[in-house]
Amino acid sequence: MPENCIYIARSSAIAARALAGEMMVMNSADSTFFTLNEVATAIFQAADGHTPLQEIVRNHVCEQFDVDPEQAQEDAERFVTELSGHGILLVSNRPLAGEMP
Amino acid sequence: MISTPRQITCVEIGGIPIALSTCDEGFLDLLRERYDGFLSSSPPEFELEFDLTSAGPASDDDVRVRREGHEWLIERGDFRARWDPRTGRGSVRQNANPYSLDSVLRILHSLILAQRGGFLLHAASAICEGRAYLFSGVSGAGKTTMTRLAPPDITLLTDEISYLRPNADGYSAFGTPFAGELGRAGENCAAPVSALFFLEKGQENRVDELSSAEAVRRLMRNILFFAEDQGLVEKLLATACDFVAKVPIRRLTFYPDARVWDDVRNLARNSAHNFADNLQEVPEHA
Repeated sequence: MPENCIYIARSSAIAARALAGEMMVMNSADSTFFTLNEVATAIFQAADGHTPLQEIVRNHVCEQFDVDPEQAQEDAERFVTELSGHGILLVSNRPLAGEMP
Repeated sequence: MISTPRQITCVEIGGIPIALSTCDEGFLDLLRERYDGFLSSSPPEFELEFDLTSAGPASDDDVRVRREGHEWLIERGDFRARWDPRTGRGSVRQNANPYSLDSVLRILHSLILAQRGGFLLHAASAICEGRAYLFSGVSGAGKTTMTRLAPPDITLLTDEISYLRPNADGYSAFGTPFAGELGRAGENCAAPVSALFFLEKGQENRVDELSSAEAVRRLMRNILFFAEDQGLVEKLLATACDFVAKVPIRRLTFYPDARVWDDVRNLARNSAHNFADNLQEVPEHA
């Protein structure tokens, strides 16, 4: 397993609903509310805790959206950092289990 | 030692009667005066016992609403309340400040409504020709202005906190005693909701479309909800999406004079499908 792998999982303390191509996400701990665009939604939905972020970007972003792979990876890492800061995503360098809603 | 007997008054907001009891005569008078127009003889669904601490101002602290076992624990600097949804009974320890009292009642109603698919919205609301119209927005957006501009035949439900419950076809708006800058309670009546407008002041009256996602985003920003609870948050988000699917939601830019109510009245006379035709409608992408 490569050392620089990032694994992401959706926190169990959130509520999420898809609406018109966007994902509405609410953190139940502090009631903060986010809407994710299509690309962010694709990453969020694929955040199963055991698929590396790089693979998610390759399979769910680069294949579905017309984006440069390097730029997509960079953007995805920034997005993941931001959402993990708000408790929406859990991030680890090892596969995550038991946190899925 | 002889304890003073508790006296009870029942306050019914949004069709939900809640018995409020206290040993303090002065506080009972305050309750009856503050919720005059919302006093009820219906059998109460819920009960709250008030015990008073020394008088003091309402607190600016953040409120915390969390579960402790089966009970809800509601705390702010000026009050501490417990409520058990299984028994429908609760107790409040607070000072005799009416604003603290309003806060406790609003939070309790927000918890009850969340379970029942309704919510409290930071919005003015009024009935025009049998249908309710909601006007929401941040402070200064024009909620109180809309109510001040309302002609005499418009029934004011509130200038601050709208009370919404699902009905067979959509949602109903109920009057509340929770007043904002207007300083006047709403009428104790209800009507089916025809539209929700997010207000912005401008040089002319205009209605803009909002995408569903934007509508949910704005709605969630203005719903009064305090509970740290996964289940209720999920339910609230589902309710917000349902509301957006059933109620037309638009941005209303308005020039603050009485003509805006002529336009709202025209909307009321049109069907739900073409209700915006009388105003200049600008597509979102413009």
